[in-house]
This record gives sequence, C-alpha cells and structure tokens, in this order.
Amino acid sequence: MMDRNSPIKLRVVNLYKSFGEKHVLRGCDLEVQEGESMVVIGGSGSGKTVLIKCIIGLIQPDEGKIYVDGLEITSLNERKLNEVRKKFGMLFQGGALFDSLRIWENVGFGLRQHTQLSEEEIRRIASEKLRLLGLRDIEDLMPAELSGGMKKRVSLARAIAMEPEILLYDEPTTGIDPMMADAINGLIIQMREKLSVTSIAITHDMRSAYKIADRIAMLYQGKIIEVGTPEEIKNSPNPIVQQFIQGKSEGPIKLM
Amino acid sequence: MNLLRWIGNHTIRFAEEAGRVMILFARTLGWIFRPPMQGREILKQMEEVGVRSFPVVIITAGFTGMVLALQSFTVFKRFNAESMVGTVVALSMIRELGPVLTGLMVSGRVGSAMAAELGTMRVTEQIDALYTLATNPIKYLIVPRFLAATIMLPILVIFADVIGILGGYLVSVQILGTNPTLYIRRTWDYLEFNDLYSGLLKAAFFGMIIATISCYQGFSTEGGAEGVGRATTKAVVISSLTILISNYFITAFLF
Repeated sequence: MMDRNSPIKLRVVNLYKSFGEKHVLRGCDLEVQEGESMVVIGGSGSGKTVLIKCIIGLIQPDEGKIYVDGLEITSLNERKLNEVRKKFGMLFQGGALFDSLRIWENVGFGLRQHTQLSEEEIRRIASEKLRLLGLRDIEDLMPAELSGGMKKRVSLARAIAMEPEILLYDEPTTGIDPMMADAINGLIIQMREKLSVTSIAITHDMRSAYKIADRIAMLYQGKIIEVGTPEEIKNSPNPIVQQFIQGKSEGPIKLM
Repeated sequence: MNLLRWIGNHTIRFAEEAGRVMILFARTLGWIFRPPMQGREILKQMEEVGVRSFPVVIITAGFTGMVLALQSFTVFKRFNAESMVGTVVALSMIRELGPVLTGLMVSGRVGSAMAAELGTMRVTEQIDALYTLATNPIKYLIVPRFLAATIMLPILVIFADVIGILGGYLVSVQILGTNPTLYIRRTWDYLEFNDLYSGLLKAAFFGMIIATISCYQGFSTEGGAEGVGRATTKAVVISSLTILISNYFITAFLF
C-alpha cells in the first residue's frame, strides 16, 4: 500500500507530443508513488492513451522526460528500453491477445520469451494466473472463442505473468457490461493488494475511477490540470473538472 | 506545371517507401543472428509457406511444362528442330519459368497471408503488445517469415522444375509422339549445373522480396479493416512487380 512517504516510482516531466497539426500533450506532468493506484481521467482525444504509450516507450515524446525508478527512459536505446519494459505489464483496451496462440501460450508468452522454463512449468504458471482472475479450464481455447470480459481478464493475466512492478491499464472497463466492469474494478484492486504493484489506469468511467484510485489526475488540453484523492476531486472547485466528473455536456469544456 | 508536380510528388513518395522497405530489410537481416532464436516460429512459418503453396505451385508448373512442350514442338517444327523440345522445356523451367512463376504464385498465396496477418495484428494493437512484453516484433514476426520464404522457395522451385519437365514429357511422348528416350536425353544434353544453381538463387531472392515487402505492408497498416485489405493488395501487387523487374537484373547478373 502507498503512504505519503513512498518513493516516487514514475515521474513524467513536461511532456510534449504532436501528430502533425494535432498537439496532443502540451507540457504534461505527473508523479506516481510506489504502490499507488493512479487513475488518469480525461475526455476522448485528451491524450490519455498517448500518455500511457509514452510511459512504456511505445511512442517517443517530442519533448520532456520520463523517469522510471529514477532512470530517464526517453533517451534509452532499444535494448536498454526493453530491460525497463520488463518492469511493466500493460492491459490494452481490446485485450490485444495473440490470435494464433492458445490462451495459456498468450498468458505465458513473456515466460517463454525471457525464461528457460519448460512448457509444463509455463502452462502451470499460466493456469495459476488465470485462476487468480476467476478463469478456469480455458487454457486450450483460442482468443476468438472468448467473450469481451474474458479477453480482458486473460489480457490482465498475461500482463501479470512476469510479476511486473508497474501495471498500466488502458480503459479497463470500456466496452464491457456494468457487472463485468465492476468485477474488473475488483480485480484491479486485488492486483494492487496481492502483488503490491504500482498501477496507472486511464479511463473516462468515473465510477471505476472512484473505486480503484488512491489519487486521480485529470488531463485536459494536453496538461494535467488537477491531482487529488477521489474525495478531493469530487469536491474540486475547478469547473472544468466538475463538468467532466458530473458528465455534463454544457460547461467550460466545449464539445461541439 | 501540374504534371511536373504530380511526377515529383509520386517520385518522392516512391523513394520514401522504397527507403523504408530497405530499412526494414536491413533491420531484419540484423535480427536474424541475435538471440533469442525463435526456432518454433521459424518451423511454423516454413510449414505455412510450403504447405500453403505446394498444390498451387505443382498445378502451375505442370501445366506450364505441358504448354511449353506443345508450343515449342509446333513452332520448332517450322525449322525442323522439333527434337529439341526436351531441352527447351528443361532449360526454360529451370532457368526462368520455375523460379518466376513459382515466385508469382507464392506471392499471391503467402505474401497476401503475411500482409493480412501482420496488418490485423497491427490494427488490434498486438504488435504494441509485443513491445510491452519486451519482445521485438521484427525478431518474433518478420525474421521467421523471411527465413521461411528464403528457404522454402528454392525447395518449391525444385518440385516445380521436376513437375514441369514431367508435364513436358507427358505431352511430348503421349500426345505428340516423341520418342521417350530422346526426350529424356535432350533434357540432360545441354543442361549445366550453373542453370540449376542460378535458378535456385533467383528463387531465394524472390523469397526475400516476397517476405520483406509483404511484412512491410502488414507492419505499416493503418486504418482498421479497410487498411488491412489495402495492405494485402499492395503486398501482392508490389511483390509481383518487384519480382518481375528484378528478375531481369538478377538474370543479367547471374548468366
């Protein structure tokens, strides 16, 4: 669990990223403490996914720095960046499971690539991780045979298989029914408690955000405009934050 | 001036794309020898390339050999050289038609599949997922396909050559009434080791071309399902054209 004095696990400093004319990130700053569950909220197109992809090195920012455990990662070469990536696990919005591999091969993918464990060992560990997420007897199925909720859970199992220190969630509750969404929220909390990981989730599902976050940060026009505990955010005096968290189409944020 | 602008624009875009393909080719070569070795993936791809293409290659080669025999017999009769049919079929298949037609057929079957698979993976974030699992997608996806195509194409061409010559034999002997011993002797008479060796080298090059271009198209797909469709078409068309154009230059260099 996180307390006020936990070390800083991840720091994003003054990040800029544009795609042609679109200036997505314009001086984004964020600090995440070890063991913390940070949720970044923001409207569609606010740059949440770009931010998270910069953090794991999938996108190279135009300007700014990112520190993981004090190590600056934007200037690393591919090999060193790969080593840093082993600290991360990421859950993609659509699951991004490998269609040509069975479920256990998906979950055990990292183990197969980076360890010398036998096939039986890998399968055993994969089953164990799946069971943690409430999935049994699906090891030999193909991803196409699963429902959306199951795909997300398998994707999460794959993300935790290598016991990462930092978990990134890209819209974990989007696209699934409300009951499954709540189950996923519960699983995210479980991951934090059982595995003591630092987690960063991006979402626009406020219910999910309030449930899983230690702190919430709001991204607006390429910058983080407010950071606080769920209570602090709920009571924020900032009208932009209030418009978003209350889900109103009228207000300072112009939609159309 | 608009014509000049159009030409200039397309030339620049062509050069950019060609450059990106060459960069991918160089990176692929670089990754072949760096561990971890993806033995399982390489074997899987070799099976895909070989098994997918075999029936198509055999049928193409068979009928090509047959029509070669038919055509050369009919034409050579005009100058009393119809006894040379065996030689014509063998040399044409081994030096040229075996490698080129096999290359074109494989580009259609296998090249499209590679582009479609990698394109779908790209648009469903599976390639991003590979990076997050600390695995380089070129190493894991492209190198096995590249090696599979480079190794399997010459093997397929050997089968094509044999079936083509067999097809020519069938037509010459059964339909045109050539003496079987004569046909077989003519097949070997003027054949040199260089013919076979260079034909297979061409095949290996074509394999590299198919894999590199198709994987590039798949990798650089954008725009959802429509993008995958476009990438697949581009992969087949561009590989086929590249095979035909480079065929001239490789042949000039080798022979």
